Amino acid sequence: MNIINIEHISKVYKVGTEEVHALRDVTLRIDKNEYVAIMGPSGSGKSTLMNMLGCLDTPSSGIYQFNSINVSQMTDNDLAKIRNKEIGFVFQTFNLLPRSDALHNVELPLIYAGIPSSERKERAKKALEDVGLGDRIHHKPNELSGGQRQRVAVARALVTNPSIILADEPTGNLDSKTGEEIMGLFNEIYEAGNTIILVTHEEYIAEHAARIIRIKDGYVENDEYVTKRYIPKKNNDLNENPV
Amino acid sequence: MENLFFELKEGLIIAFRAIRANKARAVLTTLGIVIGVTSVVLMSTAIKGIDTSFQNGISSLGADVLYIDKWAWFSNVDWWKVRRRKNVTLSEYERFKEMAKLPAAVSPTIWSIETVKFKEQSLENIFVTGTTTDYVRTSNFTFSQGRFFSDVEGKASRYTAVLGSEIAKKLFPRENALEKEIKVGGLNYKVVGILEEQGSFMLGSFNPDNQVYVPIGTVFKHFVNDNARSLAINVRAVNTAAVAETKEEAEGIMRKIRGLKLSEESDFSINQQEGLTQNYNQTVGVIQIAGFFITGLSLFVGAIGIMNIMFVSVKERTKEIGIRKAIGAKRRTIMMQFLLESSVICLMGGLIGLIIAIILSMVVNQFLPTSVQTDAIILAITISLITGIVAGLAPAYTAAKMDPVEALRYE
Repeated sequence: MNIINIEHISKVYKVGTEEVHALRDVTLRIDKNEYVAIMGPSGSGKSTLMNMLGCLDTPSSGIYQFNSINVSQMTDNDLAKIRNKEIGFVFQTFNLLPRSDALHNVELPLIYAGIPSSERKERAKKALEDVGLGDRIHHKPNELSGGQRQRVAVARALVTNPSIILADEPTGNLDSKTGEEIMGLFNEIYEAGNTIILVTHEEYIAEHAARIIRIKDGYVENDEYVTKRYIPKKNNDLNENPV
Repeated sequence: MENLFFELKEGLIIAFRAIRANKARAVLTTLGIVIGVTSVVLMSTAIKGIDTSFQNGISSLGADVLYIDKWAWFSNVDWWKVRRRKNVTLSEYERFKEMAKLPAAVSPTIWSIETVKFKEQSLENIFVTGTTTDYVRTSNFTFSQGRFFSDVEGKASRYTAVLGSEIAKKLFPRENALEKEIKVGGLNYKVVGILEEQGSFMLGSFNPDNQVYVPIGTVFKHFVNDNARSLAINVRAVNTAAVAETKEEAEGIMRKIRGLKLSEESDFSINQQEGLTQNYNQTVGVIQIAGFFITGLSLFVGAIGIMNIMFVSVKERTKEIGIRKAIGAKRRTIMMQFLLESSVICLMGGLIGLIIAIILSMVVNQFLPTSVQTDAIILAITISLITGIVAGLAPAYTAAKMDPVEALRYE
């Protein structure tokens, strides 16, 4: 069963009088419990594709079905609902609310989902424990290290039990050791049965995925399954019961 | 509905978080509203205070009492013409009293300014009103002690005096005034009655609380030469409905007494409280309009300040808006968040303003009997809430319609 079904999608931006074709006739399918890396140099259209997949943007033409629902013509509010329930975002720059503690940051999507406060707190706490931050729930982002911040972001992405995790260069702002830890976390999430879409421009990060889609000049240049994906070794500093 | 309540509650929590994170700015932002609300509340409170004391003041004049006088309280007649009018005399009063059939009571009054003394206590420039015993019926006086001087005492010009409450208080700070001998303009008078406080301080020297009442004969004998000054004839109608009729009759009788021809205009005035009320309402109306205009202006400036800061705040928090949108905040939710923030800021300003106004009105209360009424409180809260919503509308809309992709990219 496809979670994502994209057919002949194009995206055209107007920059001044010039038309920029960010995506040209892209067709792709992603199944449940896949681990997909989307690769491409900057300007290739991979960010646009990611925004499209994340329902942050709508295509100029073509059809995007998410869980068999056509989202390509949806209104802003309906898209917000889909993002809230079905998609968990992890960004390169973490994108946490700087003045709120970890717990509140993780709780936030649940607020927009209309979940009552006590249940929210419980679920957010659980999600933080799952990423190994059970003892840091009241720390603000500036009191946490880069890796810890990204873990908060991962907890926030997971707390709503979304259909896909969409990670945009999740290790881009981390040193390689911490990056490796985060990739280990993603691996665990994947192995627990989640669907992950990873956007990156670094080959060694992409190799963690089971499938690599290469984008160039708005086209899908190459789409193949990795024969031997790189599986990071388990993190020792994580809790015993990961996701 | 439940959904909206949930969003409202969560939105409020978020608004409070945002305000707490930027306390100094919130306080500065709301300053305009604080000033605006303070002045709105003080204005309405002061006007209410003035109103109340005016109503108290003129009630001692009586809605059903006419004052026939040489002088008009309000008139379009030229001053020099009025000045040349004949004085109203005691004999005219007597003839009037005989001829008038409609009034419930008629009394003359003449005033003189004298020094009033008791032992070493001395009060200067006191209004001493000479009248007859009927005055107690044309006025609405009530007594805290004693009585008005009697018909016999009045007619016989006995040296008896009735004191206004203020006079009694100042002249007899420690003892009972009744039956004491006081000196009015150097002459001995016996105090036979003390008025209850009438609370008509709006009338200034005419305030009964600050007057001394004595038989009219003694005033003409010692203080005022015959015909040197016009007296006033106080005419009380049987009830307010009969005022117009009584006034008509009074005018006719006075013209007859004065022997005026049909073509001549009346050379006297018939004054009544109504004229005073009209005049008052006009004046206060102007003050009110001017006051509310100025207050409105300060609120407007305050609102612009808030709008300005909210725009800055929205711009500054573009990234935050992007994050919130990415993880599922709808337009309405973002809109609500910022509207609530500006409303809460304004509401806090309103409450601070209200507290300041209440404190200031306690100070004002020393001069003018006033207190902040419930309707002023409701007014203050409503105004600050509306200002908050109006000022927050445009910035909140800007925030709500932001494109999440663009907003996320903002640094």
